[in-house]
Amino acid sequence: MTSSSLPRLVETVRAIEGDARRDSAVLSFGVEPLDQRLAGGGIQLDALHEIAGEGANWADDSAALLFICGIAARLRGTVLWVLRSRDLFAPGLYQAGLDPDRVIYAEARDDVELLAVMEEGLRHGGLAAVVGEAKKVSTTATRRLQLAARDGNTLALMLKRPAKRGEDPFVVPSAAVTRWKVSHAPSPPAPWGGLGPACWRLACIRQRAGNPFELIVEAPDETGRIALPAQLVDRPVAAPGAALAHNAA
Amino acid sequence: MRTTPPESGLEADQVSSAGLAEKLGRVAALTPEERVKQCSTPKEGGWRPGARWARQGRGQTVFEQPAANAAPTLPSQRERGDVEAAIACLPAHRRPPSRELGRSSEAAPNPFAGSMREMAKRCEAARHPFRDDTQDWNGKSLQQAIDGLPAHQRPSAKSLLRGNDVIADPIQAASRAPTHTVGHARARSPAKRPTARDGHNGEAGFIDPPNLARLAQMPPVRHHGEGPRPSSRQPEGRDGLDETGLEKGRFFQTGRQLGPLVRRVCETSAGDGEAGMAIDLPAVPAPARPLVTIEKTGARVELVAVCPASRAAGLRPGMALTTARAQLPDLDTRPADPQGDAADLSRLADTLARRWSPSVEMSDADGLLIDLSGVAHLRGGEEMFCRRVVRMLARHGVTARIAVADTPGAAWAVARYGTSEAVHVVAPSKQADVLDALPPAALRLEPGALDLLHRLGVERIGQLTAMPRAPLARRFTRAIVDRLDQALGFASEALDPIVVHDAIVVARRFLEPIATAGAIEQVLRDLTPELAERLREASRGVRSLELVADRVDGMPQRLRIGFARPTRDVPHILRLLLRRIEEIEPGYGIDAMALHVRRCDRLEAETLGPELVEETPPELGTLVDAIANRIGSRRLWRMRPIESDVPERSSRRTNPLEKLLARTMMSKPGDVGRLDERVANHPWHARWRRPARLLPRPEKVHHVLAELPDCPPKRFTWRGQTYRIVRAEGPERIRGEWWRRSTERDALRDYFHVEVETGERFWIFRRGDGVRGETGDLTWYLHGR
Repeated sequence: MTSSSLPRLVETVRAIEGDARRDSAVLSFGVEPLDQRLAGGGIQLDALHEIAGEGANWADDSAALLFICGIAARLRGTVLWVLRSRDLFAPGLYQAGLDPDRVIYAEARDDVELLAVMEEGLRHGGLAAVVGEAKKVSTTATRRLQLAARDGNTLALMLKRPAKRGEDPFVVPSAAVTRWKVSHAPSPPAPWGGLGPACWRLACIRQRAGNPFELIVEAPDETGRIALPAQLVDRPVAAPGAALAHNAA
Repeated sequence: MRTTPPESGLEADQVSSAGLAEKLGRVAALTPEERVKQCSTPKEGGWRPGARWARQGRGQTVFEQPAANAAPTLPSQRERGDVEAAIACLPAHRRPPSRELGRSSEAAPNPFAGSMREMAKRCEAARHPFRDDTQDWNGKSLQQAIDGLPAHQRPSAKSLLRGNDVIADPIQAASRAPTHTVGHARARSPAKRPTARDGHNGEAGFIDPPNLARLAQMPPVRHHGEGPRPSSRQPEGRDGLDETGLEKGRFFQTGRQLGPLVRRVCETSAGDGEAGMAIDLPAVPAPARPLVTIEKTGARVELVAVCPASRAAGLRPGMALTTARAQLPDLDTRPADPQGDAADLSRLADTLARRWSPSVEMSDADGLLIDLSGVAHLRGGEEMFCRRVVRMLARHGVTARIAVADTPGAAWAVARYGTSEAVHVVAPSKQADVLDALPPAALRLEPGALDLLHRLGVERIGQLTAMPRAPLARRFTRAIVDRLDQALGFASEALDPIVVHDAIVVARRFLEPIATAGAIEQVLRDLTPELAERLREASRGVRSLELVADRVDGMPQRLRIGFARPTRDVPHILRLLLRRIEEIEPGYGIDAMALHVRRCDRLEAETLGPELVEETPPELGTLVDAIANRIGSRRLWRMRPIESDVPERSSRRTNPLEKLLARTMMSKPGDVGRLDERVANHPWHARWRRPARLLPRPEKVHHVLAELPDCPPKRFTWRGQTYRIVRAEGPERIRGEWWRRSTERDALRDYFHVEVETGERFWIFRRGDGVRGETGDLTWYLHGR
């Protein structure tokens, strides 16, 4: 093997792996501990990302949904949301920053159709993001989606659900760049005695060229930005007066 | 003077107060036994004898008996006469009050005692059909008019008495033979005749309504200022201003249900050529009830079109609906549909232009102009041509009137203001003779000019042609002279024929049948640019495309592709077509393929300028097409916010390509000047918590522990699991929308956003405010998460 053929070989392998363009755009969360641990400093925009709720309960599912919603909300342009059921509540998504004018909903009959519609949206290239809610996705299908996302320069977000009850949604290997698990956590008491923003335990299970990590964050506000909670969860509950003073400070 | 009553033996001048009291006592003693003798009323018959004192005339004798059953005068009556005379002699202050006189009302004969028929007969015989001084509408005495008639024409007493019968359906009743109507009246109970409908209860002052037949024979009376409102007169409706129209208008102002009368009047006048557009064609069925179409103009609901039956009853386009209802209460009204009418007329014009004559013009909202030159002989001459068109329209339920003339103006005039025949052919160069007798409205003039002509007394076109032209043109504009010339053929008038669009089809036939996907793809790649070229020539964009592949066994394979926006973009069409090649079953081979444009919209040439210099939002139409053709257009939507606080109603699905708010690309990426790009006054609130998923139907939760009226719950059980609530927010009170349903007027929901101890959050609500019972039954539901 000559010295000139080695870089060529490296280039070929890179092209096969699909990492030819390392300088792809990212969307940072604006949360320092989160962005630091992500490989590119944020969510890679021309790639597939998988998000799932930790357990099979509703709260985790909603948390994963709103996490996706927060990411899509901070992009520009139209979002294609491919559904399996019609129970999404658009005012709820609006409170996570996703304007109804920016979302086109498509309802798929099964997972095969869902993946086809997602790929259609990704290859179109004019969308900001394509979101899909799928149960059974093979490795080949994720590979296909990943390539489509790269070709169309569109963010692909997949809300994974377990195929069977109690099963790990990430049991099938995938070509996604990152895989996230979101679960609900008790929120700290609000100083006014009501309900503060919801807290999540956000876990990055796998990321390409990076390490997994776990973090507790607050649910996105009306502009889609997530934040770190002001008080740590396991801290002993402070007196209401002290909490007020802390907030004022 | 001295009066000696036969039995009392008392003298009037001897009456003193003591004597009067004595007499009163005697009268009072006499009356009960008399009453037993006289009263024929059953004791518990429910009949309360009326006081005859009050009803009879003052000068009459109170106790006058009918001559038929004259009975010997009773002692109490004679006594009573004496007493009355004596009381009249007393000074006013000494007269006893009437209650001391023992005003026990005596029994009136029970009107229901005998058989009803007998009683009714007696009433009829006793009552004259009308009072002596009754006059008809002309002021002639009715009795004299009747006496003047020969004996065989004289109406019978029965037909004169038959006045107040209300005939439910005037049209149906009038269509029956008159004898039938009389028989119908006879079948009714005669006891109903002195009806209280007019408020006089068959008593004095009651005037029998005049006989219908007689009324119809009377000459019409002209009352100026009546009839339809002049300002809303349609040019077509002007012919309703004749004598009969005014006559009808006069009747209709009375506010009484005179449907039968009116119908009779109109029926007679219908013989004078006032039948409107009615054509006796069996194919056009008459509606069961008189039918009109209405339109709301401001606060007034006006008639737009009337059926022949209601036209015959005097209704005209432009009348107020309330007036029409006063004439015909049983009116069937439908909302007018001008767009639908125009579309149907356009389709008719299209059909005529394709099959009958090459140049067809839509003259106005309800008329077409057809150029017959050189085509009439194909249908057997002008007359036959028109009859065929009329028959064709009658098969579709349309009544039409056709006139043939040398000029469009004359044909227009004769069709609208000529005779009532369905087809009227004006002989060549004879239009001046026909037009002479028509009103000026037939010249297609402005309403202002028509009013002016009307005021000047010009009622016919003949008067207009006789006038000197120069002053006419000076007084009016040239329009009137031009119209006159156009109608008479001195000036040319060009038709503006509609353009008939042919269906766009591109097709290929093959020498050898093809069966492979590659061959089909190649054919499609050849056909699509050809199709786009045809579309470009027609300035059209395809909305729905059908691919028809004819197989050798005669089973055509069809594929249909829809487009969200009109397009003639070759790559886009081709991409959608090629994707579905696999659905084609070639069988033994395909020997022809064609692309049919099933639906298209106008699509002009587009400039590409802005896209070259500035960033524009990407075109989503192609994506929507691609997805909609894959999963169906009903599964693709966009959510539109609705201004409603009720969660189920806060959004609605709309077309995914609906016009977006003009703010999508307002700021450039990276512009930190405005991070929050949401619009102001959005129908949804950004911070009043809403769940991410909403249950399609709220689910009931049980065992809720909550303090009334407005404390959040402490725990609840849902789907068998109990949750303990640690934090909550609420209540957010959402009231029912009373303007949608009356049942929501009081209903309300109190929504709470709760967090249970594990951190899960729920959106639950309670029906009712916990204070007033009508607001809800205090049950709890889970609505979202």
